[in-house]
Amino acid sequence: MAFVNMRTKEVQAKVVYYGPGRGGKTTNLEYIYKKFRDRIKSDMVSIKTHGDRTLFFDFLPFDIGKIMGYDVKIQLYTVPGQVKYDATRRLVLKGVDGMVFVADSQEEQRKKNILSLKNLQENLATYKKSIFKIPLVLQYNKRDLEAQGIPLLSLETMEKDLNSQLKVPFFPASAATGDNVVATMKKIISLTMTSLQSVLK
Amino acid sequence: MGSNYDDHVVFTDYTLNQEELDHIENVLREYLVKSGIRSVLLIDMAGNIVAKCDDGTCEHDLYSLAALASANFAAVDTMAKIVGENEFSLLFHKGEKESIHFSRVNNEFLLISIVGKELSLGLLRLKIGEAVEKIKHLR
Ligand SMILES: Nc1nc2c(ncn2[C@@H]2O[C@H](COP(=O)(O)OP(=O)(O)OP(=O)(O)O)[C@@H](O)[C@H]2O)c(=O)[nH]1
Ligand SMILES: [Mg+2]
Repeated sequence: MAFVNMRTKEVQAKVVYYGPGRGGKTTNLEYIYKKFRDRIKSDMVSIKTHGDRTLFFDFLPFDIGKIMGYDVKIQLYTVPGQVKYDATRRLVLKGVDGMVFVADSQEEQRKKNILSLKNLQENLATYKKSIFKIPLVLQYNKRDLEAQGIPLLSLETMEKDLNSQLKVPFFPASAATGDNVVATMKKIISLTMTSLQSVLK
Repeated sequence: MGSNYDDHVVFTDYTLNQEELDHIENVLREYLVKSGIRSVLLIDMAGNIVAKCDDGTCEHDLYSLAALASANFAAVDTMAKIVGENEFSLLFHKGEKESIHFSRVNNEFLLISIVGKELSLGLLRLKIGEAVEKIKHLR
């Protein structure tokens, strides 16, 4: 539900990071915030518990500059991944234009990834949106843990589990080291802008 | 813009053209800011800022405020449903120097007003009520 203001020549679009609890959604936004500090004028907003788990959402407005004469503001959000926060998770999805699904590559998280993706599909459906139509990128996070000998799911397995029907772009990444975090964001912004373009020209 | 969309705001569930946006800003200025409200935002339920107006003394981070306000409103609205209420009509957060007032305009929009302590709650509600009457048909 991007908002295009013809009067001020401004576009606001909403991109939401979704995925299982502790998968690394907040860490993605924190990395982006650090990396683009000079370009992001406001503070990152995080509504979280004492244990640093996301309680409601994180919010980071990102000015990507002018596209076709419009000032484009991408509003980055994360949802709380813990299963019990489904009601608040759904609220954050309201009006979403593009999505990143952050999956946890650890072998023991396999089931949680699949359940969370299914939950995303259901929650999008409550807004009459299809997971097959919305701009979506998958991120297979925590690849850095391999070096510590922690058993990870192979990319083939993750593709089979999560992307065999969706067939969307995916990135192996590490939000902790920043590897492919910006690439993931650039991809979802570009997909989201492409879906808006028919109206902006 | 594409030919179908010449002077329209699109993509959202609502559509506002240039004239309507002018009208909204006019109402925000004449009814609210001129009555002593420091800063007023019209936002949609997804947290987008649709229109804003202020008296030039406010330097808040309005985009974060809009994101939090829409989420807060949605959360309170959901709480109302859980206890069997249609909605909680008044949302007012009182601070020492500044306070925030929320009101629902219609199904699409919320009006967020930031006021100093000069303005009484009664007068504030009256002015906001008048402004809402002037814009609630828009969607
Ligand atoms: N090694 C490693 N750790 C990571 C990575 N990404 C996140 N973490 C860690 O995993 C933990 C959870 O990360 P968060 O970003 O808070 O996860 P989240 O998805 O926001 O979790 P919820 O808010 O509960 O949904 C933190 O301790 C992070 O430091 C990664 O790429 N590699
Ligand atoms: Mg989080």
